[in-house]
Amino acid sequence: MRLHFIVFIIASATLLVPGRAHAQMKSWNNAGLSEPPKGPSGPAPRRDLSGIWDAGPGGIQPTGYNVAALFTPRGGEMAKANKPGNGPRIADVSEDNDPLSTLGDPAGFPRILLYELRPFQIVQTAKQVLMLYMFEKRWRVIWTDGRALPKDPDPRWYGYSVGRWEDDYTLVVQSFGLDDRTWLDNAGNPHSTSMRVEERYHRVDRETLALTVTLEDPLIYTKPWTPLNKLPIRLMPNDTDLMEMVPSASEALAYRKEIASQAKTK
Amino acid sequence: MKKTLFDILAAAALLLVSVPLLAHHGAAALDTGKEVTLKGTVTEWIWSNPHCFLKFDANDGTGTVRNWAVETQSPTSMTPRGWSRTSFKAGDEVTVTIEPVKNGQPIGRILHVILPNGQKLIAANPTTPESRPVAPVPVQ
Repeated sequence: MRLHFIVFIIASATLLVPGRAHAQMKSWNNAGLSEPPKGPSGPAPRRDLSGIWDAGPGGIQPTGYNVAALFTPRGGEMAKANKPGNGPRIADVSEDNDPLSTLGDPAGFPRILLYELRPFQIVQTAKQVLMLYMFEKRWRVIWTDGRALPKDPDPRWYGYSVGRWEDDYTLVVQSFGLDDRTWLDNAGNPHSTSMRVEERYHRVDRETLALTVTLEDPLIYTKPWTPLNKLPIRLMPNDTDLMEMVPSASEALAYRKEIASQAKTK
Repeated sequence: MKKTLFDILAAAALLLVSVPLLAHHGAAALDTGKEVTLKGTVTEWIWSNPHCFLKFDANDGTGTVRNWAVETQSPTSMTPRGWSRTSFKAGDEVTVTIEPVKNGQPIGRILHVILPNGQKLIAANPTTPESRPVAPVPVQ
């Protein structure tokens, strides 16, 4: 009961506090604060996710996921080679080989959802849904023109994605062809190029999306798993100018020089 | 009463917002829970991703003046807390409270800084057993 109360308090705070922080919002260089648009709420538009969205602190998973029990033998071997700075297999800072934080490699997909889902903008065209992420200042193209995913594509950091409307308020996105140099999360969980990812964006109301992500990668995990289950994401004012948050290679190098190289404990 | 409840919620949210600190690199090197307060002179303020660094000279009890490099979160996380690219300039006299690393090197993460004009900039809550991040369990 006490645990439920604590969870309630934290969940409530996640929703409420950004509204207070909105008092500090500026026209430019806005970090992303979950203030809903002003005016009457009204119904959600049909088949339209356009807008700037923010999952708040819920979009950031610093420690990653504890999924060791799901590893296949190959998955376990791949996981051993990854030396993360967080999570259940946390390594000494001198051994950390996170390609994002130590080399400045792209976060890739789906890590951009499973680790650092900072504010992002959705733009829709007749044939595409575009995801414009504040983190890394990256974008993804989700084709909604009915094309199928490629069968044997050259892997990409952000893969290949197609989407369809399951109903007027639910966009389902399938992704494939994902580069296995990327990690899934901050815990160094691996994936293969055979992984398939499903995202479900459900428009709960005008101001709220719920995102569910399911991974299927039989080479690495013994069964599909769902790292994000109905993550609430809130609509931001449409005049929000998001900050840059680009983890560059030169800044990763500076971090190793100034901090990591001196912080090692072994 | 309403204000009290809101303050509780705000405190809980601050804990959550604090979690991403060191999210990129991990906190294994930190002597979490230990606080050290240093008075020193700013030599450089680096406003960069994924972490900002404050470098300053301080006599830290080792008998010599050492140049400390201490980090915060990213600009996107620090901006809502009132930090900016111009928060510090070389020569500023500051009082910096940090969590140091375990190995004794002059590095760590900032908890808060008191500026020459007395303003206090808060970077993070101290790490406590309750606020240490817990790995979420995957949903099947």
